[in-house]
Amino acid sequence: MIPAQFDYLAPTTLEEAVAALAEHGDDAKVLAGGQSLLPVLRMRLNAPEMVIDLRRIDALRGIREDGEEIVVGAMTPHSVVAADPLMARHAALVPAAIEHLADAQVRHRGTFGGALAHADPAGDLGAPVLALGATFVAVGPTGRRTIPADDFFVDLFETALAEDEILTEVRIPRRTGWGAHYEKFVRVAHQWPIVAVAATVRAEGGTIAEARVGLTNMGSTPLRARGVEEALVGQPATEEAVRRAAALAADGANPPSDLNGDADYRRHLATVLTRRAVLSAAGA
Amino acid sequence: MTRISLTVDGAKVADDVEPRMLLVQYLRERLGKTGTVIGCDTSNCGACTVHLDGTSVKSCNVLAVQADGAEVTTIEGLARDGELHPVQESFRECHGLQCGFCTPGMIMQSVALLAENPRPSEEEIRLGLEGNLCRCTGYHNIVRAVQHAADSMDTPAAAPTGGLS
Repeated sequence: MIPAQFDYLAPTTLEEAVAALAEHGDDAKVLAGGQSLLPVLRMRLNAPEMVIDLRRIDALRGIREDGEEIVVGAMTPHSVVAADPLMARHAALVPAAIEHLADAQVRHRGTFGGALAHADPAGDLGAPVLALGATFVAVGPTGRRTIPADDFFVDLFETALAEDEILTEVRIPRRTGWGAHYEKFVRVAHQWPIVAVAATVRAEGGTIAEARVGLTNMGSTPLRARGVEEALVGQPATEEAVRRAAALAADGANPPSDLNGDADYRRHLATVLTRRAVLSAAGA
Repeated sequence: MTRISLTVDGAKVADDVEPRMLLVQYLRERLGKTGTVIGCDTSNCGACTVHLDGTSVKSCNVLAVQADGAEVTTIEGLARDGELHPVQESFRECHGLQCGFCTPGMIMQSVALLAENPRPSEEEIRLGLEGNLCRCTGYHNIVRAVQHAADSMDTPAAAPTGGLS
């Protein structure tokens, strides 16, 4: 299908983009890589009057270090993020998740910020970014503000971004030397996960010193499995100990029931995938 | 209407297009490049894969206006001076097609895959072609064709040296 008609702007500066969004408000959609937005427009699930394309704003692209954080520009394509040596070294959970995100063509075109702002609870980036304790930077007519990851995901396809704000970058605290693994369960190639678990672990001589665990598609937003994180601290990185902690993975989650599996099945999957992800992240 | 200018298969083109026009529509309907096909129309099947500024994309999931200023290569731009691209040659040699509908996209994605990873393992080929569906399920010969192409594109200088000298 072909999208409904819309007007199109491709400003070259963030200021112009923010002004255009303020002017068109509710009638506008922001276009990043378009890998989620274009299917939505083509299926006519949304029909904005104005599309504001961020592709010409060079400042929104790239990955850099800033103090204790790695800063990912919102318009950086997934394939670039996945291949970046800074990410591999300081935020290995992100490339681990991107490796299995959609397919190669979508990873070339889709963007880090676009996927996060789309806030699909089955999207592969929300859980790792939440688990890493990232900060989201938004710019609007009144200036710039930061949003902690814990507050960013509000509900199904809904974030803390205001209607007149644009996500410009995501700041990820360094977790240098932490092991990382993204365990994704799918039935069909290049599909959204039925459930996935993002785990990153700092191990000290076979003992888990710190752990961060995020869950994909276990509720209307990505979730942190805090009970698992706390239970893992001080534990040996063994099958038995990790299994006990992973049993808490679905506590407080409210997973959907659909054709791929009912909520109970997803709760079970979360515990199994958490065990696998944590053990793999701990190098066990 | 929005004015776009881009390079397609080495030729500079410029047109006024509706912002909602998809890149694949532009290629087929304006430029007559019907070698790029529309398979699923849901960005799943990969039949419409082309190269946009050197990387593979699904052209049914890109607006023509997003390709303004870009360089696009389609299946029709792969052959040089009447010589098939080694990946095209390998698909023919290994019978990497049955009905042939997915072939343009399979070949374009295989070329992109080999550019990023000149010596892929079988698993890496299968993962690299994850976004391309063959409804004839002729995957085995497609994988063989990519392996054959990797071998034929491997220059002696790039090959690992065997044995001690």
